[in-house]
Amino acid sequence: MRALVPVHLTPLELPLLLVSTPAGFPSPAQDDMEEPIDLGDWLVEHPAASYVMRVEGYSMSGAGINDGDLIVVNRAKKPRAGHIVVALVHGDRTLKRLARREDRLLLVAEAEGYGEIVVDEHVEVWGVVVGLARRYA
Amino acid sequence: MTTPVALIDCNNYYVSCERAFDAGLVGVPVIVLSNNDGCAIARSAEAKALGIRMGDPVHFLRDKIAAHGIRVLSSNYALYGDMQRRVVAAIQPFARDFEIYSIDETFVDFAGFEHLDLVAHARAMSAQVRQWTSIPTCVGIGATKTLAKLGNAAAKKNPLFDGVADLREERVRDWVLDRFPARDVWGVGRATAAKLARAGITTAGQLRDMAMKRARGLGTVVLERLIAELRGIPAMAVETIEPQRKGMAVTRSFGTPVNDIETLMGAVAQYAMRAGEKLRQHGLAAGRVTVFFHTDPHKPERPQYSASRTLSAQPMTSDGLVLLALARRGVESAWREGYAITKAGIMLDDLITQDLRPRTLFEEDSDKRVRLMTAMDEVNARFGKFTAVPAVQGFRRGWTARSEARSPNYTTRIAEVPAVRA
Repeated sequence: MRALVPVHLTPLELPLLLVSTPAGFPSPAQDDMEEPIDLGDWLVEHPAASYVMRVEGYSMSGAGINDGDLIVVNRAKKPRAGHIVVALVHGDRTLKRLARREDRLLLVAEAEGYGEIVVDEHVEVWGVVVGLARRYA
Repeated sequence: MTTPVALIDCNNYYVSCERAFDAGLVGVPVIVLSNNDGCAIARSAEAKALGIRMGDPVHFLRDKIAAHGIRVLSSNYALYGDMQRRVVAAIQPFARDFEIYSIDETFVDFAGFEHLDLVAHARAMSAQVRQWTSIPTCVGIGATKTLAKLGNAAAKKNPLFDGVADLREERVRDWVLDRFPARDVWGVGRATAAKLARAGITTAGQLRDMAMKRARGLGTVVLERLIAELRGIPAMAVETIEPQRKGMAVTRSFGTPVNDIETLMGAVAQYAMRAGEKLRQHGLAAGRVTVFFHTDPHKPERPQYSASRTLSAQPMTSDGLVLLALARRGVESAWREGYAITKAGIMLDDLITQDLRPRTLFEEDSDKRVRLMTAMDEVNARFGKFTAVPAVQGFRRGWTARSEARSPNYTTRIAEVPAVRA
């Protein structure tokens, strides 16, 4: 029978390497990874203040905006004459160009046969159109 | 010297979100219903004026709805969640730090802005939120969170404040506290309110002046802290506050930024378990879980990302593991690689007393499925492997909640974006 011998243990800290060791040939593209192009990101510069809307109607076809198009409306941008804007006219949403004529602000269409709307207390300019998205085929 | 704190609170939040996209709801009485279209959980000012109270079951309101042409909407949490993200983004430039307290309330740390006219600063913040989201807000400013909260209530109630009440000024503070019911002070529960009333304490001012010794005999440690807060001494972490009917949140900033989903999941799991605990403590169940996380907004040179996802709990639950499972799904869907996340949290909305919670037809069945799924979560949680795929798929798909009058998901689905006439 063997006698019990007291033993003194000292913990030894060994670093654990958390690096994987791939067996195959490493991809040569590894360090040149880029994200794919994100059109949404490019169109919507200011996501917290931007809204997407769908266009119904033809009054802005002269400005290249057609029925069914998606537009990006930015509420952080200060509306100025010349901007295409979304406005609430008596509560109805409408898409028009903001124009100034003789110290008056107007909402004007860009197609034949539409009247002008004077910006008064019944009109609220809701946001500035900053982007357009359309898909074909 | 304490730094000023503000609470910015959206007015009639759910209704305001709906009105942002539907002008037909402006100026008319509107109510928004809870999960499953059960009871009124948000009311426009016009609806409040008609005597509709928070939590009124909709079947008791039929006559009123017909007589006054009240517009009734199902809740649309996808919309409310997305709008909240926007509200918080609009607040950020005005604050050193902020703490999301519920879906419509955010505490704002004004440290570093003291040299400004803070009332004007708060108005500018409010205007920015209004401009970006159309949502009206009120702001309360004070030396402590409790005073900020009280100031907010005052700003909401009294048009004299014009939306911003600054309780740092003694005269204003005293005026407000002497008129504010003690039972409505943030953190005073029903039992404590009754005890206070018996002791002759009915206003917030009287509560502030109460001797600490007396408070100790009467209430709990919470009451003492609350009195300290009313005196302008910060004593209260948001965590010690009991959840309100409307919602509660558990959030934290990270000491070191989190770059991987596993670590974030670990943090969110803790919040979920903590939130479940708190719900059970107060006998409540939640119908919605929102999980959110974001990068440091004060380091604009770094890539910025802010995400939140709202999921419904069906049936309503107070089970931390169910909350965890929901939160985890939210994180999985919102996670993007390559960002240093510095803050995360979960929020619970649509809270209801556990025994009033609507029973669902398939409850037993879905309970079982939840249990099956969460059993695995538990195992995962223990071993720290939050990335494992749930064994049971689609427990939410079993049935859908009743939401007969839900508005479109204006801001989160291409097919449902608002139309504009050209």
